[in-house]
Amino acid sequence: MWKWLNQYAKPEAAFNLCRRLLPWFGWLSGLCLTVGTVWGLAYAPADYQQGDSFRIIYIHVPSAILSMSGYAAMAVAALVGLVWQWRTAYMTMIAIAPVGAVVTFIALFTGAAWGKPMWGTWWVWDARLTSELILLFLYFGVIALYAAFDDKQQGGKAAGVMALVGVVNLPIIHFSVEWWNTLHQGATITKFGKPSIAPEMLWPLLINLLGMALFMAAVSVHRLQNEILRRELHRPWVMSLLHHNGEKSRAV
Amino acid sequence: MKLRAVLYRELTLAYRQKAELIQPLLFFLLVVTLFPLGVGPGPETLQKIGPGVVWVAAILSSLLGMDRLFRDEFLDGWMEQTLLSPIGLGWVALIKVLAHWVISIVPLLLISPLMALFLNLTVPMYTALVITLLVGTPLLSLVGAIAVALTVGLQRGGVLLALLLLPLFVPLLIFATSAVDAASMQLPYTPQIAIIGAMLMLALALAPFAIAYALRVSQN
Repeated sequence: MWKWLNQYAKPEAAFNLCRRLLPWFGWLSGLCLTVGTVWGLAYAPADYQQGDSFRIIYIHVPSAILSMSGYAAMAVAALVGLVWQWRTAYMTMIAIAPVGAVVTFIALFTGAAWGKPMWGTWWVWDARLTSELILLFLYFGVIALYAAFDDKQQGGKAAGVMALVGVVNLPIIHFSVEWWNTLHQGATITKFGKPSIAPEMLWPLLINLLGMALFMAAVSVHRLQNEILRRELHRPWVMSLLHHNGEKSRAV
Repeated sequence: MKLRAVLYRELTLAYRQKAELIQPLLFFLLVVTLFPLGVGPGPETLQKIGPGVVWVAAILSSLLGMDRLFRDEFLDGWMEQTLLSPIGLGWVALIKVLAHWVISIVPLLLISPLMALFLNLTVPMYTALVITLLVGTPLLSLVGAIAVALTVGLQRGGVLLALLLLPLFVPLLIFATSAVDAASMQLPYTPQIAIIGAMLMLALALAPFAIAYALRVSQN
């Protein structure tokens, strides 16, 4: 297991792994998102209280859940980089960061669009909204810190420390704002206990959650490929790869 | 012994550069003065926003002074020598943070009665405010030092530092102001103080390692 994992510390191996995984992630996410969204928007029954406007849940809840998963993934990558000194781990972290930030923004935006008809306002200083906003700022911090360094190797390490500091702080921020102010409805899906949603509404939601996770994975993997290429541009394997691709495109 | 020498060095340096001591303090005073001008001088309003204003001003002014925490040492090679020396970098970082706290926060505490007058705070509110400042500001310095250590090698660190740190200070701000609010309603505020204390202990245990690692990264 360890040996199998350790080979991906080499950029070339990681690049090839990404290349093999990308079509799987891409096609599966396309399939899941199509099925889940069409089912959710067209076929799932309307909510007895919120009518059709509840349907934004099929975008909002997956993105809200995955915004936090994205940060967790980033922190795991940072920890791996810190402990085993893998360059590819830092590259992975940086590849995930903007994807997570965009998903966080989607969660905030759809939440605002949902809040307008339901609560009568675009924005309230509610606990979850606030912690989601702060999560977005934490993502921005990591991205900005990395961008400020000219030496990307050093920048990756620094951003990794920041990501880990943020992950220690996230639960504290979450609970502090929770005690501070709460208006948001309770969690729809909890791991323990029965979800507070009808099964015919739940299924498309879960499918969309999976689809969105795969979509994030696909974009991150693609970004990681680009990051590896950019950083390893002088290596022979990248040269030969680019040369090979150039030959092929010229043949076409 | 060596650590005491580091502490002595820090305090002496601060004493000889008095302008840098005074500037964050004046900034704090000015920010607090702007609020009554901005929101109107009604005593009720001021009492309501007072604790938040003092805390936001304290966070901003500590950010202002923090920028210099490792800058000169980094530029003149002191940091490199310390990396080579047998004393642990974490300890040195901790001493530097302690010195920074004494230099920049204690004057702030000393002029805080003036804030109570400006913002029409009652005596229980003022007591709570001073306690939260005493327990909370070391946390500012400790967590802040991590980000300072990360950005010390950068030319354009100033705004970036605020961008990195302000989100992290949200819990502290919430608990500190809610303690003062509780005090204004004659309610017990020990839970909030206890939580801030717990966060301080956590930071005290972990921050020196993070600062030391961050300094190593910056030193490359």
